[in-house]
Amino acid sequence: MEGFTKITNNQIAKLVEIPILSYTILRDKIIADFKKRQLRCIGFFGVEESIDTVRLFVLLSEDSKHLIHISSAHLDKNSSYESITKEISSFHMYERDFYEEFGIKIDGHPWLKGVNFRTGRANEESCMENYPFFKMDGESLHEVAVGPIHAGVIEPGHFRFLCNGEQVYHLEIQLGYQHRNIENLFLERNLKFMPHLAESIAGDTVIGHNLACLNLIEALTQTIIPDRAILIRTIALEMERAAIHLADLSALANDIGYLMGSSVFGVTRTIIINTLLLICGNRFGRGLMRPGGCVFDIHKALTEKIRTNLSKVKEDTIRMAETMFKSHTVASRFENTGILTKEEAISIGAVGMTARASSYNVDARHSHPFGFYKKLLLGEKTHKKGDVHSRAYLRYEEIIESIEIVFTLLNELEDKKTGTQIMTKIKDKFQPSSLVVSIVEGWRGEIIHCAITNNEGDLLKYKIKDPSLTNWFALALAVRNNGISDFPLCNKSFNLSYCGNDL
Amino acid sequence: MLNVILNIVFIILLPLAFIGVINKTKAFWSGRKGASIIQPYYDVLRLLKKELVISRTASFLFQIYPSITLAAVFMAALLIPFVMHSSVITIEGGFIFFAYIMAFGKFLSVVGAMDVGSSFEGMGASREASFSTLVEVAFFIIMGSIAAITSDNTFGAITLILEKAGTIGYLIKILSIITFLILILIEGCRIPVDDPNTHLELTMIHEVMILDNSGIDLAMLTYASALKMLIFTSLIANMIIPESSPLLLFLLLYFLIVFAVAFGIGTIESAIARLRMSRVFDFICFTSSLGIIMLALIVVSMFS
Repeated sequence: MEGFTKITNNQIAKLVEIPILSYTILRDKIIADFKKRQLRCIGFFGVEESIDTVRLFVLLSEDSKHLIHISSAHLDKNSSYESITKEISSFHMYERDFYEEFGIKIDGHPWLKGVNFRTGRANEESCMENYPFFKMDGESLHEVAVGPIHAGVIEPGHFRFLCNGEQVYHLEIQLGYQHRNIENLFLERNLKFMPHLAESIAGDTVIGHNLACLNLIEALTQTIIPDRAILIRTIALEMERAAIHLADLSALANDIGYLMGSSVFGVTRTIIINTLLLICGNRFGRGLMRPGGCVFDIHKALTEKIRTNLSKVKEDTIRMAETMFKSHTVASRFENTGILTKEEAISIGAVGMTARASSYNVDARHSHPFGFYKKLLLGEKTHKKGDVHSRAYLRYEEIIESIEIVFTLLNELEDKKTGTQIMTKIKDKFQPSSLVVSIVEGWRGEIIHCAITNNEGDLLKYKIKDPSLTNWFALALAVRNNGISDFPLCNKSFNLSYCGNDL
Repeated sequence: MLNVILNIVFIILLPLAFIGVINKTKAFWSGRKGASIIQPYYDVLRLLKKELVISRTASFLFQIYPSITLAAVFMAALLIPFVMHSSVITIEGGFIFFAYIMAFGKFLSVVGAMDVGSSFEGMGASREASFSTLVEVAFFIIMGSIAAITSDNTFGAITLILEKAGTIGYLIKILSIITFLILILIEGCRIPVDDPNTHLELTMIHEVMILDNSGIDLAMLTYASALKMLIFTSLIANMIIPESSPLLLFLLLYFLIVFAVAFGIGTIESAIARLRMSRVFDFICFTSSLGIIMLALIVVSMFS
């Protein structure tokens, strides 16, 4: 692509090599190539260069060629720019996020509202108290406001329903209650501090976010980590996927009052996270991976233990899932509830299992392979319908697939060629004036960490994109024209992160 | 006299144990040990000791409705035979009075729930009101049919079914028992109609209506809701147990049936999922269909 630099996942791009175009040309190029090359926007953020100018970076992914195209433009803070969302709606969240940070006017954006009310946003007057909710008029319409404090153990977030009786016309989701300014915290300390922060981005994706951060650190310090460490990291990532999917199946069953499914899936999930505890001393995988490799090894006896535990998990999951999905009362609740069509998924730039359940195949393990996935042959799993059933069934399939992957990897671990080293020394200085993108397919979808360093090798910008940022809108679309009493079920079927959006 | 005393003792003491058995059953099916059967008594005692918190937006109605609702259900229970096929009070037109005193209690709880002005409670109240309307139809068809064939409009009529209707009486009994079993699920707000365990304010019916109640008010509503289930269970028990049974045999059978019904409800809740809200209407209308089949049977038997 002309006017763009291309890199692959975890490859360094020198800042000087990234073209700087005028915004109009950049916008025209994006619009011209987007459909033709089937691109996806995976990053749209700015770096302040002086008081008045911001350098905008645009990252586009070309999945079929495993490439990331990068370009940039200088924007003046005091003028306004034409929105890309007008032409390509999947830029929607990115432009909102960019607008909130720098306050640069984006003309023609249909929904220019706050995303997470970040600290240091350009317009401090725009806050949660004066959030401009979408309104509808009509005698038989009523509004239902839910949250930010919810019953049960979930994070805070506000949901505003516009309903006609039991039927939902529109749902607006307003988040930002979990904002911790985490992107800027990355800039404040050294690289030893970074994995700890990354593990705290979203409590249910500890391994996913940490892995994205570590791949980025290792790319920036040009470290090659031992094969054994790569294997252990991949095992942990797949175990996290299986564990959270099981927890979600349990929660889905609970929401429809199917108690047997709820308790059985809950128990099986505990087996997996307790196995993670055996590996690293923490049920969510905290402290397992650090820059340069892994802190804990999986030795012979542990390998056997993992095999036994996961075999049990697999057996129980298959038995319970087959019973549950065959039950007609469950089917009547799951099927045709909360449909997200493929067109909708593409138009909002949905990623991960949400997109795959709507037959939009986005999987970073295929499109931007990292670690051991370069050598692993994975099946492509998608579902056509995009309803709650598709998302639930896809979870079930992914659990089984993840367990199979772990079995394969455990065999690799025992292979003599793998070696015994799990940690390697790492330089404590980053490559200067570089940009690096690190993509990891977490259980929810692709996690993107992107860092830019200055000419001294210090971090200048750290940008995180959790799958939730784009996928929250999928929930809003899915509940339209559904009964309001089906909302909790739809919500659980996506199980998006509030933390991941609020950052 | 003994029957009256036993009736009142049962009305006061049994409902919470009934809930206890359901919970124990659910625990059993999910492989847990579960709380003791008398746990609901502790819960109610705990609530009685607690302070009342009343929403600032609520009017006096919110404060008085739990006691009136409880009184209404209690009054209704007095008309129902618990022990030895006899009720505490027997009045002419008993089942009509029963239906409307229950409806009165329900009306007040609907109004009381809307009184605080929460949108969740409004939704719960709207659901409760529309479901109750449908339930009433089924109840009247069933009891009306029984009254038609026995020429008795009190609940004592259920003892006369076999005598007046002959063999077709068995069929009538079976159909009414099935209807009453479904009514227990609806009135008690159990799965598949409602989920008593859910914490999801958008999907609840009964639980969301009592969201703002606390302390003694909540205790009264909890007890009233348990009593409603026991009322229909007792009707079923009195329909099944032969009229000639001596007291001890009656009590044995009665407890057996109450336990079986509670176990059944717990099992249903463990085995199936809750219905989608729009399907609940179909489920409730099913009871009316049963009633109409029964009515047809009775009309045929009267003219043949």
